[in-house]
Amino acid sequence: MALKRPAVYDCGVFFLSTPLFLNKLTGALCGSLSIFESMKNKKSIVTGASRGIGLAVARELAARGSDVALISRGGCDSQAESIAKEFGVRAFAYACDVGDSAQVQATFAKAIEDLGGVDVLVNNAGITRDRLVLRMKDEDFDDVVATDLRSAFLCTRAVAKTMLSARYGRIVNIASINGIRCQAGQANYAAAKAGVIGLTKSNAMEFASRGVTVNAIAPGFIETDMTAALNAEVHAKYSSQIPLGCMGKPEDIAKLAVFLASDDAKYITGQVIGVDGGLNA
Amino acid sequence: MTQEEIFKKVTDVIVAKLEVKAENVKPESEFGNDLGADSLDRVELVMALEDEFEVEILDSDAEKFLKVSDVVAFLEAKKNG
Repeated sequence: MALKRPAVYDCGVFFLSTPLFLNKLTGALCGSLSIFESMKNKKSIVTGASRGIGLAVARELAARGSDVALISRGGCDSQAESIAKEFGVRAFAYACDVGDSAQVQATFAKAIEDLGGVDVLVNNAGITRDRLVLRMKDEDFDDVVATDLRSAFLCTRAVAKTMLSARYGRIVNIASINGIRCQAGQANYAAAKAGVIGLTKSNAMEFASRGVTVNAIAPGFIETDMTAALNAEVHAKYSSQIPLGCMGKPEDIAKLAVFLASDDAKYITGQVIGVDGGLNA
Repeated sequence: MTQEEIFKKVTDVIVAKLEVKAENVKPESEFGNDLGADSLDRVELVMALEDEFEVEILDSDAEKFLKVSDVVAFLEAKKNG
């Protein structure tokens, strides 16, 4: 007889959808504002910020007081505007293909100037182009590697000088569980995400002496447009394997991203942390 | 640029980047032993020198910079030669 899992995880009720004033109130009642204003006066750049995990990360950073620069291929003006309005921080939006070196250089120079520095970079931009190897075209492989892996290198390089000189920085790379335990049909995505993990560890070594930490988050099955595009069969198969019994929300990733981006995470670097409902346990 | 001018400018960059006192920067000072520069410092220093002197310094050239005088000689040849 199969044991029924207890419903220990109440999906989707209590993430950081809690209004800001409640956060502040709770913080005040606890006698400290540190958790809820943990990103106050910080300057953060998030790629792939128009929707899904990237948008959730940008919102969470802003909710905790950080100024944010949102970068997305198709632009994200309205998202930045609503973040500025809702959280009372400065929010900038840029349209940029983060797989393109020249665009990254120009956009980041502008973003760092607009923000007045950069403390946090979240490399989140990513695409999938799932196909079995036999049918995978060169450009399917190259496009995914450019957007998911090369972008993380280019964007990291674009903030490195500022962070190293400042002797402070937090870089959070969004990898994937599929860079660790991989799926058929994702040769491009799995290779890129495994590459992000290697990049994370090497950069962590390189920047450690300057107080710049680099970590990766490996999300499991998260409710985004990316997973919505998968067919019902894959959905059912995946969902049934998740120990906590449901898919994750973008906010679940954002919570960890912001912790890793905070001063509290100063002794964590070079790590890959899963947020996957136990899928990779 | 005279050798002296180059030395002075190089010293300014070293003082700013490595947080050392100007009087401790001598032509014979070694970046590692005397000025306490690690590998990342050296890269930052080379990039700062490139900006300051408006020259490109290849990694293969930068690898040969042991002492301050090596940098001055390189820049002198590059700017005047």
